Amino acid sequence: MSFQREIENLHSRYAHALDDDRLEEWPNFFTENGVYRIATAENEERGLPIPVLYAEGRPMLRDRVASLRNANIYEPQRYRHMVSSVLMEKLDEKKIKSVANFLVVRIMQDGGALLFASGRYLDRIVLAPQPLYEERVVICDSRRFDTLLAIPL
Amino acid sequence: MLQKSWPVEGATRVPYWVYQDADVYQEEQARIFRGPTWNYLCLEAELAGPKSFLTTFVGDMPVVVARDPKGELHAFENRCAHRGALICMQSRGRAERFTCIYHNWTYDHAGNLAGVAFRNGIGGKGGMPADAKPESQAPKQLRVEAIGGLVFGSLSSDVSSLKNYIGPEVLPRLQRVLTRPLKVLGSYTQVLPNNWKLYMDNVKDTYHASLLHLFFTRFRINRLTQKGGVFVSKDGAHHCTFTEMVEDQGDAYEKGGMRSAGSADFKLEAPEILDQADEFGDRVAIQILSLFPGFVLHQIRNSLAARQVVPKGVDRTELHWTLFGFADDDAAMTRRRMLQANLVGPAGYISMEDGAATGFVQRGVAGAPERASVIEMGGEAIGSQDSRITETAVRGLWKAWRKHMSI
Repeated sequence: MSFQREIENLHSRYAHALDDDRLEEWPNFFTENGVYRIATAENEERGLPIPVLYAEGRPMLRDRVASLRNANIYEPQRYRHMVSSVLMEKLDEKKIKSVANFLVVRIMQDGGALLFASGRYLDRIVLAPQPLYEERVVICDSRRFDTLLAIPL
Repeated sequence: MLQKSWPVEGATRVPYWVYQDADVYQEEQARIFRGPTWNYLCLEAELAGPKSFLTTFVGDMPVVVARDPKGELHAFENRCAHRGALICMQSRGRAERFTCIYHNWTYDHAGNLAGVAFRNGIGGKGGMPADAKPESQAPKQLRVEAIGGLVFGSLSSDVSSLKNYIGPEVLPRLQRVLTRPLKVLGSYTQVLPNNWKLYMDNVKDTYHASLLHLFFTRFRINRLTQKGGVFVSKDGAHHCTFTEMVEDQGDAYEKGGMRSAGSADFKLEAPEILDQADEFGDRVAIQILSLFPGFVLHQIRNSLAARQVVPKGVDRTELHWTLFGFADDDAAMTRRRMLQANLVGPAGYISMEDGAATGFVQRGVAGAPERASVIEMGGEAIGSQDSRITETAVRGLWKAWRKHMSI
């Protein structure tokens, strides 16, 4: 289980970057062509393809950050990620499949805190030269999103 | 009867109590949603085949939509005749009949009460009297009409046909999109911290689109300097606005020093998410259409969706998004719709702000029920215009609302 700590460390660094508002680092957790997709459990179960948010490749991920920083208007807010129950499986010498649970609390500037999202991360991770997400699918348990989803999950 | 008075300025003012008052909310449930209007229920494509069903809402009222064994569409109140429990608790599925879990009363696909458990008692004991009329409290059945794959219901026997209700100004704009059998691509719910009418205001407000949604203007997708227009139905109730597929090269925003002005150093690295196929052959890039009281159809490039506005109290609204394509879409078109899903919904580049802005109004008007908003862009007119720097469609909403509410 030598890779276990590396994967858990990747998940933790990812969560802290988002929670610390270091959004510019977010694309760098993915491979150059890495895919990021937020979906709902309901759509997944019904086999429906439409995402809540979708990006393939670092340029699209960087566009999302650029838009959040320069175009989109939203009230100041922060997330707190809780990532747990990580399971992983070796696909081959270089790739790992991982599933992890998450909770995200959203904290507004007036102090209002809400359990904003819960769900699973379904990941495909390359190990070398450093662990990166080749694909990160975020399956939200609920179909319901409060007000807006600006910061990625 | 509500004791409310409207500001003397008339069509150009909307008093803030309309978004705050619990009596107004109750009254509009009865007079509007359960009154002489057509309410969007679902897509026909969501009900695949005989005996399929789903649950939805008309205003507050829970509703079942079902196909009978012959495939005919029916809609009825999701409330058991006996004690008022939900008849159907699943969100969708297929059923031979509907059985209330509480006491096992059963209903057919049209919502007719088909069976009362132990109605005649057992062994001559118990049961209902012979002259009991449990059917007197049966769930209400809605009139149902479908147009281009969209299903609407009404509790009113007076309201005219759906096509007449929509009217000749807006109907062709609806039919322009609904050209072929639809295919559901996904759905989700956005919870808005505001009164339902603030969302409808927002949808009909062609003036805000390029000023609030900076993504549009930064990338010169939709600026008021581009060719477009707005259609409003004669009664003011319904509207449609559109923009043509021309990349705007003007600099009106930059000269005006507006927050939403473009910037040379802000470019998309992956602009292919915006690549549009002109699937309707008329070079329309964006069309937003609304039907009173709570339905929106959008075409944003190749993203297509039905949005159902479901009020959940004076200051809470659910927006049920159903994104769709056509049954004959090829893989390239499905991919476009998937990429352009990034533009819409709670995480949409160009729609995430709507929930924030309408919530800001709900919070901003606290303590000011007798003050009013100023809706004077384009003067007092209510009707179709070839400029989008107008609030004509917003005034139309209030004209229709006041007529229904007798205010």
